[in-house]
Amino acid sequence: MAKTLYEKVWDSHIVAAPQGEAPLIYVDRHLVHEVTSPQAFSGLKVAGRQLRAPEKTFATMDHNTSTKSASLDALSPMARIQVETLAQNCEEFGVRLYDIHHKNQGIVHVMGPELGITLPGTVIVCGDSHTATHGAFGALAFGIGTSEVEHVMATQTLRQLKAKTMKIEVRGHVADGITAKDIVLAIIGKIGMDGGTGYVVEFCGEAIEALSMEGRMTVCNMAIEMGAKAGMVAPDATTIDYVKGREFAPKGADWESAVAAWRELRSDDDAVFDAHVVLQAADIAPQLTWGTNPGQVVAIDQPVPNPLDEPNPTSRSSIEKALEYVALTAGTRMTDVSINKVFIGSCTNSRIEDLRSAAHQAKGRKVAAGVTAIVVPGSGLVKEQAEAEGLDKIFIDAGFEWRLPGCSMCLAMNDDRLEAGDRCASTSNRNFEGRQGRGSRTHLVSPAMAAAAAVAGHFVDIRKAY
Amino acid sequence: MQAFTTHTGLATMIDSANIDTDQIIPKQFLSKVTRDGFGVHLFHDWRYFDDAGDTPNPAFSLNQARYAGASVLLAKENFGCGSSREHAPWALADFGFKVIIAPSFADIFYGNSINNGLLPVCLTEAQVQQLMDEVSAQQGAQVTVDLQRQQVIAPSGAEFAFTIAESARHNLLNGLDAIGISLTYSEAIVAYEAQLPAWRA
Repeated sequence: MAKTLYEKVWDSHIVAAPQGEAPLIYVDRHLVHEVTSPQAFSGLKVAGRQLRAPEKTFATMDHNTSTKSASLDALSPMARIQVETLAQNCEEFGVRLYDIHHKNQGIVHVMGPELGITLPGTVIVCGDSHTATHGAFGALAFGIGTSEVEHVMATQTLRQLKAKTMKIEVRGHVADGITAKDIVLAIIGKIGMDGGTGYVVEFCGEAIEALSMEGRMTVCNMAIEMGAKAGMVAPDATTIDYVKGREFAPKGADWESAVAAWRELRSDDDAVFDAHVVLQAADIAPQLTWGTNPGQVVAIDQPVPNPLDEPNPTSRSSIEKALEYVALTAGTRMTDVSINKVFIGSCTNSRIEDLRSAAHQAKGRKVAAGVTAIVVPGSGLVKEQAEAEGLDKIFIDAGFEWRLPGCSMCLAMNDDRLEAGDRCASTSNRNFEGRQGRGSRTHLVSPAMAAAAAVAGHFVDIRKAY
Repeated sequence: MQAFTTHTGLATMIDSANIDTDQIIPKQFLSKVTRDGFGVHLFHDWRYFDDAGDTPNPAFSLNQARYAGASVLLAKENFGCGSSREHAPWALADFGFKVIIAPSFADIFYGNSINNGLLPVCLTEAQVQQLMDEVSAQQGAQVTVDLQRQQVIAPSGAEFAFTIAESARHNLLNGLDAIGISLTYSEAIVAYEAQLPAWRA
């Protein structure tokens, strides 16, 4: 029977499927960070259980680490306890840890792929919803809660019900200046922030195939922002070229057999999806969110929507509440909206390609008066690469702050936080109320749009820069 | 996990769609390394005007005397979207909620709730609206959720059937330890690992 990519990976990971129970699925790689793991490690200890496969478990510190200093003294007392607890747990259970002093430390979803931990055809989980990122490689990757983290630690498996399948096809080619972020925001705008709930989404079509691995990671990263269990892209030559030679990638004969297996990882031509969505790439303009969820998004040349145009009362009420929170009026042109903060970073957009794209906008220009802009590379390796290319200098010369790797202002668990009333052009993934700081307003954009906004002091149509 | 069979309790509501886990438990409270004590911070930024949590917002339902002690929460669609933080169901359960009723839930939140004995119940939009209307109209209105029969009983006595995966229902009814059950499949896990290709080992 014809199968989708998801079904192929799913079927190859079933350990047991007892009658009346959710199937037991094997987990190939488990990524761990400081915020969602301490209670899982405690649970193991209380129950006297072992960590089944420490060699398949990889930990980093990212969520509440400082981007100003690699010293533990820079952390709040509770954050410090959390970071130290992770270090103790990794020591006790034999888990490889990239701590804040390690050159490979970084955001868990940046670190995994660049070290070759992320491989096509694997199941990857992490106590973080943006684990969907790794689906860019044709892995089945999804976020889990801490009880499930403990379950994986104890059994190297998870109980899972099979998801429905959705094919999201982006046909044709995007215009100059349109990035993976614009593509995924346009998709979320089309299907809504819960349009993918219950589904594993496969992204395909010429515009997806044309993306680099960095771009595919940006798209899959935000699969969760449409509610999807996971997002996937079929592996191809771009994927294989990216993975080859990385630290934990297979080597020698194992590499050859892996590549042979990966070449089979694509949806069969006659595979049936439960839902099918099509977008024309040429129609996608630069996107930015205006409201308080990622589905509240418009193209840069469109106005802020009017709640009176919305027939559904619940949706109308959501729009009204969002407009009040973000202090915008229906009909406002987004290019007239001023910002005072810019954040370039996060597991969505902190990779080398993102920083190059932002630097291209910043080069030879200056951050506008009254705007504070920070650039937070996704990992130590991204930072090193960016510095080798001189990107740090471009940013610093333009008035951006160049920081140390971490999740930073995406969720503002550390001290990179907006104040009430701040308005931020952010390359992150969530514009929820208070996400970047209580009372702050977040507008999600691509790295190029964020850097251009930093220079202009308001949103601009990036296509005019090309 | 504590078993869930049936529950009758005071209901309250937050009449919003897309309530994300950042609202349920904001990030400034995620730095604890234990599972307990999150209830005081539940919906902090909506519940309190100040960062310290000293000044309650009287307009917020959870602060209203008529809803004190509520254990059933009604909300609109896509409840629990966003971050996978299990601190969200921990906070809801610690505050005293046993059941959340909404037209739909985000996947990760749904699973996390079941793993903590907090029952997420999906009803239709019209049914949720009827429950909200009845609960608003009558102070002290109670809602019953019977997992055995898969029925919600409104204050008026109206009954609404709901569905839930049989595996989740079974675990909740019996308060089973999911890890303990999965460990009984150790032999199958060992056999599965033995046949893995080298590149996945």
